[in-house]
Amino acid sequence: MSVLVYTEHREGVFSKTAFEAVSYGKALAEQLNTNLTALSIGNVEESELKKLGQYGADKVLTTSHEKLSDFVNQAYAAVIYEAAKQEDAEYIVLSNSFSGKGLAPRVATKLKAALADGVTELGKIEGGTFSVKKSVFSNKAFATDVLTSPIKVISVVPNSISIKESLTDVDVESFSPELPENAFSVLVKEVIRDTGKVSLPEASIIVSAGRGLKGPENWQMIEDLAEVLGAATACSKPVSDAGWRPHAEHVGQTGIAVSPDLYIAIGISGAIQHLAGVSSSKVIVVINKDPEAPFFKVADYGIVGDAFEIVPKLTEALKAFKS
Amino acid sequence: MKILVCISQVPDTTSKIRFIDDNKHFNTEGIQYIINPYDELALSRAVEIEGADITVINVGKADTEASLRKALAVGAAKAIRVDAEPRDAWFVAHQIAEYVKNNPFDLILCGKESIDYNGAQVPAMIAGLLDFPSVSICRKLDLEDGKALIEQEIEGGKEVLSADLPLVIGAAEGIAEVKIPNMRGIMSARSKPLETIEPIDVPQLSHIESYESPQPREAVTLIEANNLDELIAQLHNKSKVI
Ligand SMILES: Cc1cc2nc3c(=O)[nH]c(=O)nc-3n(C[C@H](O)[C@H](O)[C@H](O)COP(=O)(O)OP(=O)(O)OC[C@H]3O[C@@H](n4cnc5c(N)ncnc54)[C@H](O)[C@@H]3O)c2cc1C
Ligand SMILES: Nc1ncnc2c1ncn2[C@@H]1O[C@H](COP(=O)(O)O)[C@@H](O)[C@H]1O
Repeated sequence: MSVLVYTEHREGVFSKTAFEAVSYGKALAEQLNTNLTALSIGNVEESELKKLGQYGADKVLTTSHEKLSDFVNQAYAAVIYEAAKQEDAEYIVLSNSFSGKGLAPRVATKLKAALADGVTELGKIEGGTFSVKKSVFSNKAFATDVLTSPIKVISVVPNSISIKESLTDVDVESFSPELPENAFSVLVKEVIRDTGKVSLPEASIIVSAGRGLKGPENWQMIEDLAEVLGAATACSKPVSDAGWRPHAEHVGQTGIAVSPDLYIAIGISGAIQHLAGVSSSKVIVVINKDPEAPFFKVADYGIVGDAFEIVPKLTEALKAFKS
Repeated sequence: MKILVCISQVPDTTSKIRFIDDNKHFNTEGIQYIINPYDELALSRAVEIEGADITVINVGKADTEASLRKALAVGAAKAIRVDAEPRDAWFVAHQIAEYVKNNPFDLILCGKESIDYNGAQVPAMIAGLLDFPSVSICRKLDLEDGKALIEQEIEGGKEVLSADLPLVIGAAEGIAEVKIPNMRGIMSARSKPLETIEPIDVPQLSHIESYESPQPREAVTLIEANNLDELIAQLHNKSKVI
């Protein structure tokens, strides 16, 4: 019996979410008094793989078959399944990232395992069952999910589990499972990255703006503020519907749900659908010229005033603060 | 091209989410239901595809029939309702996969997630059960020479994919404009078939024990627009987020 964590990397570098997942897996392994194995798929250097030991992995399985250089959920699920078998894993932990969302249900079906998705805290193990709180109804509520199957799959929301160092002597082993032929019927033709930008679900700070900004030409000040903060940018739904910003920036109930440490909302009224996707942010700052804007009801800090005056000043003040 | 669109019914987005029976059940009183917004996108894309023969399927009790009729009015030819409470994603995916085993489709379109349980589980589970390829967050879908050309969202960017059929898709914004049924659609929907089928048995692997509402936040601290250093000091010293 063991705990298996699938660790995502981007072009050979582990992201924070991988370390969060390993930290989560370590906490489970400690409760179960068992070993933690991390699985990495694709090309990652040994020195990078060893980093997983800093968060408690006892062993790292690495598989770098050339067919696996692009993420294809069907193939990756097959590899995770084989690793779970080999390691006799009772718990499989992965990140509820975009790719994790396509992966976790496939891993669960293969293993006939219950899947707890959207998990934001460590759960409780009682005998063979695992109960854990997860967000439902687009963050408008939480549910306690009880998993009763022998094998359990847990997908952890990025940015919700704190990373914990726990230095372990880690073994790196190569792993070469059989790859089913039909697992490659999706071909990645091209990957287009927004270079130099922080990705939204992983961001610890988000600067978000709404219709109060009047038009796409006014977004430079949002970008500038995001840049001093090392933040990702986001927007409300009407803004992406109007094509002022890409769909990928739309947060809310029908957009991306985010839970950063700091969410700064500028010229956004705070409609219930918008709040649903951002309310689990740790700290919310609202800048709006209307003191009656509903967003102030859920804000930690509020500034009533004109965004066009406040935002550039805030950027300057932050620059001064940072230097 | 035979297309199956999976339709779930969810509380209207303005709904207040409350619970009853000691927080054991969702309080459905006064809740208006709508077709899950992403499923509407999936259906809207399906009806744009030339020569599409569209079936919509829902796992639910009789109260979802209004949503299925709406889907017929938008352009589906036939509706199937698996007559069962949609207990969880595992259960729903088994019902839909079973239907597809008996009635083959080229394309299975789902929403990327349902906005009530937000699991984003059903599509990839259907694909897993049938051993079909799947794409979870599809912002663009074209069909060419028996293959699907797709734009999928990934962290910090997007990727262009080419996929074999049959294929399962999770539809996201960008894939289509939402289609609203017209009068002719509504009239013709009345005479289109809406078939009810019995569920298959699926072992239960998990259950929800209880619900809770989020903790209310403390009242807002207002800061003067000409005192931004105060905001920065608070964020740094008190909240420790910058
Ligand atoms: C089914 C459904 C799903 C939805 N899903 C989402 C979702 O996921 N995400 C989402 O965001 N919305 C969603 N919506 C839309 C939502 O209901 C609101 O319409 C939307 O959030 C409003 O966007 P906004 O706040 O940018 O614009 P508005 O409501 O127009 O607000 C603009 C705000 O800017 C302020 N303002 C104007 N000028 C200035 C200035 N110079 N300086 C400072 N402030 C200024 C105004 O006081 C106002 O509060 C959904 C709606 C429906 C029906
Ligand atoms: N009860 C249901 N009946 C039919 N399709 C469903 C049902 N529940 C979910 N789906 C489909 O699966 C998608 C993802 O749902 P979920 O896994 O619940 O987030 C939805 O957008 C629907 O397309």
